[in-house]
Amino acid sequence: MKSTLSKIIGSIVLLTVGIFLGKAFFSSPKVDTVPMPSTIKYRNVGLSDETTEVAQNNEFNGQIIEVKDGASIQEAVKAANPGDLIRVYPGTYSENVYVDKDDISLQGVVINGKWPVLDGKKEINDAFLYSGNGILIENFKIINYKGNGVMGQAGNNFVIRNNWIIDTGVYGIFPQYGKNGLIEHNVVSEIADAAIYVGMCDNVDVLHNEVFDSVAGIEIENSRHCLVENNYAHNNTGGLLAFVTPGLPIKTTFDVILRNNFVVNNNHENFGAPGSTVAGIPAGTGVLIMAADDVIVENNIITGNNNSGITIVDLATGAPKANDPNSEGNPDRVVILDNIMYENGNDPTGELKAIMLTQMDTKGPDIFAYGGGTGSTILDKNKYRTFGLDGYGVALIRDTKDIPTMMTPSPVPVRSVSKEEIGELTYYGVCAGCHAFGTRLIGPPTEIIQAIHNGNPQGIVDYINNPKNLREDYPEMPPQDYLDDNAKMAVAEYILALKE
Amino acid sequence: MRTKSIILKSSVSGVLITLILLAISSKNNSADSYEIISKLNNHCPPGFKLNENNKCIAQNLYMQYDSPNNKGVGGLRTGLPEIRDGFSPQEIDLGRYLFFDPALSGDRKISCATCHNPDKGFSDGLATSLGSNNQKLKRAAPSLWNVAYLKKLFWDGRATSLEEQMQGPLFSEEEMNNTPENLLKTLNSIETYKEMFAEAFPKMKKESSIELNQVYKSIAAFQSSLISLNSKYDRYAHGYHQALNENEIAGMNVFRSFVARCAECHTPPLFTNQQFAVIGTPEPDGLPLDPGAEEAFQDKTLRGAFKVPSLRNIAKTAPYMHSGNFKTLRETVEFYTKGRGHAVPKDEDLIIHWHIWDPELSDYELDRVVDFLKTLTDETFTPKIPESLPSRLKPSI
Repeated sequence: MKSTLSKIIGSIVLLTVGIFLGKAFFSSPKVDTVPMPSTIKYRNVGLSDETTEVAQNNEFNGQIIEVKDGASIQEAVKAANPGDLIRVYPGTYSENVYVDKDDISLQGVVINGKWPVLDGKKEINDAFLYSGNGILIENFKIINYKGNGVMGQAGNNFVIRNNWIIDTGVYGIFPQYGKNGLIEHNVVSEIADAAIYVGMCDNVDVLHNEVFDSVAGIEIENSRHCLVENNYAHNNTGGLLAFVTPGLPIKTTFDVILRNNFVVNNNHENFGAPGSTVAGIPAGTGVLIMAADDVIVENNIITGNNNSGITIVDLATGAPKANDPNSEGNPDRVVILDNIMYENGNDPTGELKAIMLTQMDTKGPDIFAYGGGTGSTILDKNKYRTFGLDGYGVALIRDTKDIPTMMTPSPVPVRSVSKEEIGELTYYGVCAGCHAFGTRLIGPPTEIIQAIHNGNPQGIVDYINNPKNLREDYPEMPPQDYLDDNAKMAVAEYILALKE
Repeated sequence: MRTKSIILKSSVSGVLITLILLAISSKNNSADSYEIISKLNNHCPPGFKLNENNKCIAQNLYMQYDSPNNKGVGGLRTGLPEIRDGFSPQEIDLGRYLFFDPALSGDRKISCATCHNPDKGFSDGLATSLGSNNQKLKRAAPSLWNVAYLKKLFWDGRATSLEEQMQGPLFSEEEMNNTPENLLKTLNSIETYKEMFAEAFPKMKKESSIELNQVYKSIAAFQSSLISLNSKYDRYAHGYHQALNENEIAGMNVFRSFVARCAECHTPPLFTNQQFAVIGTPEPDGLPLDPGAEEAFQDKTLRGAFKVPSLRNIAKTAPYMHSGNFKTLRETVEFYTKGRGHAVPKDEDLIIHWHIWDPELSDYELDRVVDFLKTLTDETFTPKIPESLPSRLKPSI
């Protein structure tokens, strides 16, 4: 019996040693000088809680472009190709960096406590503007811009992390129209609207950020499938916001989890721009849910917010001046799970104060719900001081531990378009202005082009790049060299294959 | 004898063959004379591909991209909103004749193209358009470029289809001043139109008369074919960054920054998010405030609201805003930095859009935005004005 046991133990030990030695000898050595560039590591989240093994990882085979103090980050972006990593060394860079390419990584290098600083001097609008997919921006100190620290307009699969952002105007970090993004470990303060603003996005995780001294801490607006977790929101006018702003082209907010955050002492005077949606937020708002659906509030520490801990309102109450018949204004199916809440509502203001006074109460509640909305639930209503939760049922779930992330399991792919389709889109979308089959438009008919370049697509490509006026009876063709190289060859082949 | 008979036989057969050939050829001739010569184009206009069902399907480089939630708004490489396409080449071409034909108006003097002139960006270069008897109308003529992508029509967005929209000007006393009855009477009295309609609508019964919905559909088909997506800006967007010079790029960055916020409503790739906005522009001297969408929707919160217009070919369509108060792009751009609500009459309480604020743009920045706006020009697919019209009237522009 004993020997069997020792045999088993022995074999396990041997196996472990074998695996260890095997890994040590045969695995490729880790390069630790170049940090993870470009796009996102996909850990096996959702498969098992026990592993953080990397499930997908883009191999880095781009160029590394270094930017040192005195040089320009934008020049590096101009020189970069998709897949490249731009490393920015400590120094002060007063510029607007715009990235209209895919898969560019911008990485600050912090040395001995010295950061690469983007300083807008209150003259430049935005520090980083991007429109490409797969953009990474990390390790920058960004100060004194007029518009944004980081702003994305479209661009999926983004990562914005480890940035230290102070007073960059309207927003600190603002991805708009993006799908699948990660915003983590940023410290953002003194922002006139939202420190972190996720606008019209899908599948975004906002994790481990500190947001303070701003009008809004973290704002999830007209976005779906977002996780806001482990953030520290303090001394803002409002801490965490999930809402619908009417009048935008994408009109819904739903499936948002606010979990494990510290939402503390958000009592800052509101200094939002007149007319902005956040200008209407009363100071002392911990969490605000306005018109958003399926929002889960779980395991947060929500304390010391002088108006109320959690405010749940419809659009008619929260933003009475805005109108959009296509925006559904009720917060439906809000779920409040366990939260630590105390010392909220010590100094209520405005409408909430007036409503509480009708209840003979001079304090604001931990949880305040007002206006329309159906299907909302709460786990333990008796724990909190509440107003307007009479219609709330008992929550059907106890936690959201099955949802470790809202990001997509793999990067959002670009639309797959075949070479033939590119050729077709280019032919009809561009060339057809001057060329058609069987008729003379501005240029020669397509069948003549076929006859000239029969079997020789490269001949068409060369001509597209550098047209020579071959025929007196036709005007000279302007070069179409702006077309992508793939598109040129694709359209050349498409033209030669085209039949009437 | 033998040779004689051979000669005779061969000459007889020769005559017979000649007769047969003659008969065949004359038969061919008569067939030719009965074949209908098509009066309408059977090719799709540029930007469209003909499919096997004789429908023109839009094709352009933006179809390489997706768009968030399929709304057709986003950044540089974002797909367009859903397009209204699928018209036949014949419907489109018939629409072209109708569009330029003053026979569509009550007094046979103005056509659609009078206010939507291809030489003027499919607008008319006037602050507000001139209607029947040259009377001054209340609003500016919107450009028709890319109208196939729009979900709301008119400045106040009160129509949701081109067919619905065109009945406004056609039958308004101030505008084209026609009536449905008179329009049909006119068209049905023109033999060439009857032939063209029969060609464009082959299911139509022979000798039956032209119907209104066929007129609407044809004009909508032509309007939907006006595509402008090959500007310098588009070349940049598709990845050719040399397409824009430094000033134009600087302008683009001001345009999309969250200080100027132009792109928040004039969102690429169409340069409109197709929403309503109250921005509080001034009316020309002496005109009262235009209530805009308030009237159309009976909604006070929409007082002074207008549909955000697309900026494509904007350099071609001065003057600007719903009543043409700004003569130049520079003046128009400057409006946005003069202060939130600065031009709103004192007795009005408009709900100004939140993106209208005090961005404090410098003169340099305003000039650059204008530089950028000029890169949105592309008229390569401008259709031809018909040389002659079935009504024998002169095409009116």
